[in-house]
Amino acid sequence: MRGKNIYMKSFKNFSKQYFIVYILIILVAFFGIMKPSAFFTGQNFLTILRQSSIMGIASIGMVFVLIAGGIDLGISSLLSMGCIMAAAFMANQHMPLIAAYIFAIVLTTAIDLVTGFIIVKTGIFAMIGTLAMQIILQGVAYLICGGMPIYDISPYATVIAQGKVGFIPVPIIIFAVVILLAALVLNRTYIGRHFYAVGSNAEAARLSGINTQKLQIISYGISGFLAGLAGIIMLGRINSGQPTAGKNMEMDALTAVVLGGVSLAGGEGKISKAVCGVVIIGVLTNGMTILNISEYYQQVIRGAILLIAVCADGIQKIISSKNKRKAAV
Amino acid sequence: MGNILEIHDLTKTYPGVIALDNVSINIKKGEVHALVGENGAGKSTLIKTITGASKPDSGKIIFEGKEYPFMTPRLSGDLGIEAIYQEFNLAPSLSVQENIFMGTRINKGIFIDTKALLKKSKEVLDNFNVEIDPLVPVGSLSVAYMQLVEIAKALAKKCKLLIMDEPTAPLTDNEVEILYDLIKTLKEKGVSIIYISHRLDEIFHVCDTVTIMRDGKVVKNCGVNEIDKDQMIYYMVGHTMSEKYPQRNPHFGNKVLEIKDLEGQDNQPSSFYVRAGEILGLAGLVGAGRTELARLIFGADKKSGGDIYINGQKVEINSPKDAISNGIAYVSEDRKNLGVILKFPVSWNITLPILKSISHFGFIDLKKEDEYVCQYKDALRIKTPSVNQLVNNLSGGNQQKVAVAKWLASHSKILILDEPTRGIDVGAKEEIYELINHLTDQGLAIIMISSEMEEIMKMSDRMIVLSEGRITGELSKFEFNQEKILRYASNIVE
Repeated sequence: MRGKNIYMKSFKNFSKQYFIVYILIILVAFFGIMKPSAFFTGQNFLTILRQSSIMGIASIGMVFVLIAGGIDLGISSLLSMGCIMAAAFMANQHMPLIAAYIFAIVLTTAIDLVTGFIIVKTGIFAMIGTLAMQIILQGVAYLICGGMPIYDISPYATVIAQGKVGFIPVPIIIFAVVILLAALVLNRTYIGRHFYAVGSNAEAARLSGINTQKLQIISYGISGFLAGLAGIIMLGRINSGQPTAGKNMEMDALTAVVLGGVSLAGGEGKISKAVCGVVIIGVLTNGMTILNISEYYQQVIRGAILLIAVCADGIQKIISSKNKRKAAV
Repeated sequence: MGNILEIHDLTKTYPGVIALDNVSINIKKGEVHALVGENGAGKSTLIKTITGASKPDSGKIIFEGKEYPFMTPRLSGDLGIEAIYQEFNLAPSLSVQENIFMGTRINKGIFIDTKALLKKSKEVLDNFNVEIDPLVPVGSLSVAYMQLVEIAKALAKKCKLLIMDEPTAPLTDNEVEILYDLIKTLKEKGVSIIYISHRLDEIFHVCDTVTIMRDGKVVKNCGVNEIDKDQMIYYMVGHTMSEKYPQRNPHFGNKVLEIKDLEGQDNQPSSFYVRAGEILGLAGLVGAGRTELARLIFGADKKSGGDIYINGQKVEINSPKDAISNGIAYVSEDRKNLGVILKFPVSWNITLPILKSISHFGFIDLKKEDEYVCQYKDALRIKTPSVNQLVNNLSGGNQQKVAVAKWLASHSKILILDEPTRGIDVGAKEEIYELINHLTDQGLAIIMISSEMEEIMKMSDRMIVLSEGRITGELSKFEFNQEKILRYASNIVE
C-alpha cells in the first residue's frame, strides 16, 4: 500500500513536472488528426522548428531575465535593431557580413545592459522600464532606415536563416547550441545558481556575498545578446533589414516561457520546459495556419494562451503556498 | 470553571509524518494554557486545526459545548478564536486604529466612520492600559508595540480564545513585562489563552496549566505548580539534559576584528574589538542599534564613518561581498527572509557563499559541493529527509542550522550571530550553544546578539551594552550582573 503510494506520488510529481510535455503531445495529436497530410510530415516538423528558432532564441534571453527577477519587454525592438543595424552596417558602412553581425550584436547587448543598469540602479519596475525602451528603440529603428526596408545587403546574409547542414536548417542548429549553452550556464555554473538566488530572494542573496545588481544587469545583457542574434537570423530569413522585424516577439516569447513554467515572480524556471513552451507556440502557429484559421482568430487565441499561462503561474503560486503551510508541521 | 475548548482524539497525518496522534486537550475558561514541545512536536499543527488552517483526519473539536468535526478560518473567527503568530499580520503604512479594525467594518453608509473608529480603538487600547496613539502608522512603532496592536486587533473581534505563538520572541526583557500585565488583564476578563513558548521560565510565570507534546502526542498535562523546569525538559526531549549551557575554557588570541568610530544612520560612532576564541555579547533593548551595528560591520548597510581592522590591518568593507572575503559572516535575526532562501534546497543554501570558490572555470564542482553539504549537514545535525529538501519545509531550528552551516562552509573567521536561538526549541538551542563553543575552540571570534538575558550572560566572555545607537557600557565576565546590564541598556547612569 505504502509502496503504491510512493509510486503514485512520484507519478504525480512527474506529471506535474512535465505537464507541459503532455500539452505539446495533445496539440500535435490534434493537428495531426485534423490535417494529417499537411501536418504530419518530417518536413513540416522541421519547418516548425525552423520558424520557432528565432522566437526561441529570444525567449532564452527572456528566461534569464525572468529567473533573475526581472522581465524584458524590449526584446522585440532589440531584435528589430539587430536586424536593421546589421543591414545598415552592410549597406551604409560597407562592412563585411561577419563584422556587421558582430557589431549589431554588440550593440543590442550594450543597449540592454544600459536598460538593465537603469532599471537596477533606480529600482523602477522592470516591466515599465523595458517597455519604455521598446518604444524608444522601435523609433530608433525607423530613424536608422528612414522607415524604408534596407535591401542592399550581402547575398550571403540568407545562409544563417535559410542554409542547411545536411538536412538540418542552420537556425535550428544555432537554437540548439543556444539551448545547450543556456542550460549549461543555469544548471552547472555558479553564475547560473546565483541567477536563481537573486530571483528567489535578492536581499538574502546579497547577504550571502552575491553582487545582485551586477547579476541582474548581466541578465539583461544576455537577453540583449540573444535578441541581437535572433535579429541577424531574421535579417537572413526576410533577406532585408526591416524596422519592424521583431514586432510582437516579446509577447510570444513571454507566453512561451511562462507556459514552460518560468515564474514571473523570479527564481524559478527550466530551460528544457521553456523550450517546450516555445515549440508549443510554434506548433500552434503552424497548425492554425494549416487549418486556415484567420489571422484575427489567431490573435485572439494567442492572447488567451498568454492569459491562461499567466493564470496557471499564479494558481501554482497559490497551491505551493498552501503546501508550504501544510509542510511546516 | 467550564471548558471553553475540548479536543478529542485529533489525528492528522502528512505524507510520511504523523503530525498529531490522538491528541486530546481541554482548555478551561479564563486560563492561560501553555503548550510546549520541541520543534516538530505538533504544536503548530494543533494550532492550525484549532484555527481552521488545517483539517484533521479524525477526532472532534468542542467549542463552548458545540461539537465540530473540523474548523475553517471563517468559523473559528466567528466563534471568537484568534491567533497571533511570530510574523505579524499588520499593514505598516496604515494607522494603529485602522489596523485594529482591519477585519471589522465601522461604517457610516459607504464611508468609514473615523470618529467612531478613533473612539472604539481608544476603548480597546485603554482596556489594557497601553498608551499608543491610535493615529500613528504601525510601521513607526517598535516590535513590542506592534505586537500589542496585533493583540488589540484580536480583542476588537470579541476574542474568547487567544492563541499566542512565541509572543515574547521579539521582545526584550522589560517589554515582556508589558505583555505579562496584558495577559493578566485578559485573564481577568475571562479570555482563555493558549501560550506557546520555548522560554520555559515564562511558562511558570504566566501560565496556569501546561500541556507538553512530543512526536505528535500529548505526553504530559498538569498544572504548572505540579512540575518543575527539569521535569518539563525531560518530557519534551524524552531524556534528561545535563546542563543547558555547556562549559568551556576560553583561550583568547589576537584581536581579530577591531572597529574604530564606526557610525551609520542609526549608530553613533562605536569602537570595540573581539579576539580569536572569544564570544563578545552585544546586549541592549530592541531598537538599541545592535542589529544595525552588525549590519554596518558586515557591509549590509552604508557606514557614514569609521574604520574596520582585521588582524590589525585596515580593510575597506562596502558590501557583504567585501565582508565575506575578509572572513566576516553574519547570521541574520530574520531567518526566513534574510538568513536562508526558502525556495532553495538545503544543499544550495549551504554552498551559496562558497559557490564561486568550488567552481572551475565557472562550473560548479558538484562532487565537492556534495562533500561540503554532507559534512556540514552531519556536523550540525541538520534534520532533513534529504539535502535536496527545500529549506521551507524544515523546522525553525533546522533552518537556523542551515543559516549557520553556510558560513561554516565558507571558513569565516568572525561570526556575527544575531539572535541565533530565536524561536528554536530547547534541544536545538543546546546544540547551537555547543556549536558556538566548539567554534570558539577552533579560534573563531564570535559576536553574539541576544535579547535573552540569561543566554547572553551565560554565553558571552565579555559584553558590550548598547542603548539608542551607542555603546553605553562594557562588562567583563566577572562583572556580569543583570541589573547592571539593564541599567546600561536603559542608559541610566549610576
